[in-house]
Amino acid sequence: MDFFHVLVVLLESTIRVSVPLVFAALAGLFTERAGVFDIGLEGKMLGAAFAAGAVAAVTQSVWMGLLAAILISILLSLVHGYASITQRGNQIVSGVAINFIVAGSTVILGEAWFRQGGRTPALAEGARFQTINLPGADAIRDVPVLGPIYADLLSGHFLLTYLAFAMVPASWWILYRTRFGLRLRAVGENPGAVDTAGISVIWLRYRAVICCGILCGFAGAYLSLAMTAGFVKGMTAGKGYIALAALIFAKWRPKNVMFACLLFGFLDALAIRLQGTPLPLVGQVPVQLMQALPYILTVILLAGFIGKAIPPKAGGVPYVKER
Amino acid sequence: MSTPYAKLPGWVEYGLIPLINLAVAFLVAGLVVLLVGENPFEAAYHLINGAFGRGEYIGFTLYYATTFIFTGLAVAVAFHAGLFNIGGEGQAYVGGIGVALACLWLDQTLPWYVVFPLAILGSVFFGALWAFLPGWLQAKRGSHIVITTIMFNFIASSLMVYLLTRVLKPLGSMAPQTRNFAEGGQLPKLDWLLSIFGLDVGTAPFNISFLLALAAAFGVWVLIWRTKLGYEMRTMGHSPSAARYAGIRESRITVITMMISGGLAGMMALNPIMGEQFRMQLDFVQGAGFVGIAVALMGRSHPGGIIPAAILFGVLYQGGAEIAFEMPSISRDMIVIIQGLVILFAGALENMFRPAITRAFAMRGQRAAAVVQTKGA
Repeated sequence: MDFFHVLVVLLESTIRVSVPLVFAALAGLFTERAGVFDIGLEGKMLGAAFAAGAVAAVTQSVWMGLLAAILISILLSLVHGYASITQRGNQIVSGVAINFIVAGSTVILGEAWFRQGGRTPALAEGARFQTINLPGADAIRDVPVLGPIYADLLSGHFLLTYLAFAMVPASWWILYRTRFGLRLRAVGENPGAVDTAGISVIWLRYRAVICCGILCGFAGAYLSLAMTAGFVKGMTAGKGYIALAALIFAKWRPKNVMFACLLFGFLDALAIRLQGTPLPLVGQVPVQLMQALPYILTVILLAGFIGKAIPPKAGGVPYVKER
Repeated sequence: MSTPYAKLPGWVEYGLIPLINLAVAFLVAGLVVLLVGENPFEAAYHLINGAFGRGEYIGFTLYYATTFIFTGLAVAVAFHAGLFNIGGEGQAYVGGIGVALACLWLDQTLPWYVVFPLAILGSVFFGALWAFLPGWLQAKRGSHIVITTIMFNFIASSLMVYLLTRVLKPLGSMAPQTRNFAEGGQLPKLDWLLSIFGLDVGTAPFNISFLLALAAAFGVWVLIWRTKLGYEMRTMGHSPSAARYAGIRESRITVITMMISGGLAGMMALNPIMGEQFRMQLDFVQGAGFVGIAVALMGRSHPGGIIPAAILFGVLYQGGAEIAFEMPSISRDMIVIIQGLVILFAGALENMFRPAITRAFAMRGQRAAAVVQTKGA
């Protein structure tokens, strides 16, 4: 029973750390399926987290914080869109630029506005998300096996957690079952064909980039309004890149994205859990190896040793209307 | 829309446009300073004064510039072959192993001029090794070099934490760093170079690796524009299909280019490890690998542009420290913003002002032609 208890706790923290990854990876899914590479997920998430923390602290309203996060993230997405769609600049360079601008300005502005060493003030109860207890969670907690699974694993999460996992089928439905999604995927594979059909490649890609902004906004808001009570400088700590790795690991498919994020989240949770405790057979695993594992797995996958990850065909290539 | 940009005179292409892009980047940075409630002109004064005000400050500026020349060259070499090596950070970090091993092995018995060449070889070897894998994976397995090099940055960071906390740390010490090097592991300062100009280097760690950086810049110029390999690299960068048609082996060039790039990034480790701290510590790279991207973009991937761009970033790093000291509400993170803005305006948005400038020049050309006509009549 003890092992079972450990497992539930481990899976529960897996879900908690996976949420920003799921949001950000789905965000990347939208732009990359539309042919715009985005390594600026990290920056957008960080900018959104800062906006959420700052606005929620000032207005004492969690919803204003969420709104600010989404707006800032969309704004940053539009900068990326302007550079890579309208100006046909290098998408990687643009993403790198956004990551730096955000990393610097969140600290400078945070320090100038709040003077707490780059933090935003700790949020009171009303200014952050509260965990939701699903109906009957307390009543069946004592039921063996099912009780803990329902009460500890499924219940007691934040609204954004449920939203993140709801976004997985929703994204699938948008991308695979709507006209917009079909066109979005087409524009990432063969923009010329979409253009020939009389559909604006530019506008489609901008819409994809905006979708990305919205989702990154949720990811950032989750970090500073739910996971912790306030913004801490550099709080994304590479999660945007892990999300990018998860997106590739998932071969750009919504359902796989969720599982990849859960896998990487599980590794993260496990690394924290295993710190300093030796494993049977292998002995003590260096925590650094656990931390590097998502990246190593992605490299191995990209090298084609675990199936083949084929990116959208027109990814990274700005569209030029006629030659 | 798709009309190719008209050919502009060289000084506009390589002088005016980068300057305009840079000016816009600084303008936006100035707005951030305003937003924080400080005076941008005062900040600019402290920046310039902090970077050039004294011999010691100049020494620091050039010390930082040395680092950025290496990482800038690393990114530039890869750019020429159409590869985006975003992994300079990790390659420099791992390159530090080579420097540290050479120093730890020989610093107590041999003088610096014997250890230094070995440390160079070590840094190049480890830097190139860390770039070899992404290069090989791109060449043979088709994995995207940008993604792999990002992943390798993180893997490098985990690896180095492991090595510095478990392997290279001296017994009984808590700090994640190697022991301090004896005299053999310390590079001499270039105080004589500054004293020619009547300047005193003071405590600035401006050291001999600056000369190595200049030599590397010259070497890169020779490689890219004066050798067969460089020609093949540029051909592949301009048109991979043309390169393939000309019988250039793409995979070979990819791997070699990445190894040269990684080797250059690795050499960056010499400057902080042997030139300043005299030990290898955690995170000694401090983002220099990423600054290299900005430097290469601003310098248009030409050593002649990379050196001034690296000095500019040296000014930002050294002068930025002075700003942070004089104006407490502007911390050194301001540099990160400027760096991002430079990457944005000189890189991703490099063509934003081009149509307007091209138009202005076309108009001037027409007017000149009209003047000639009226004179002729």
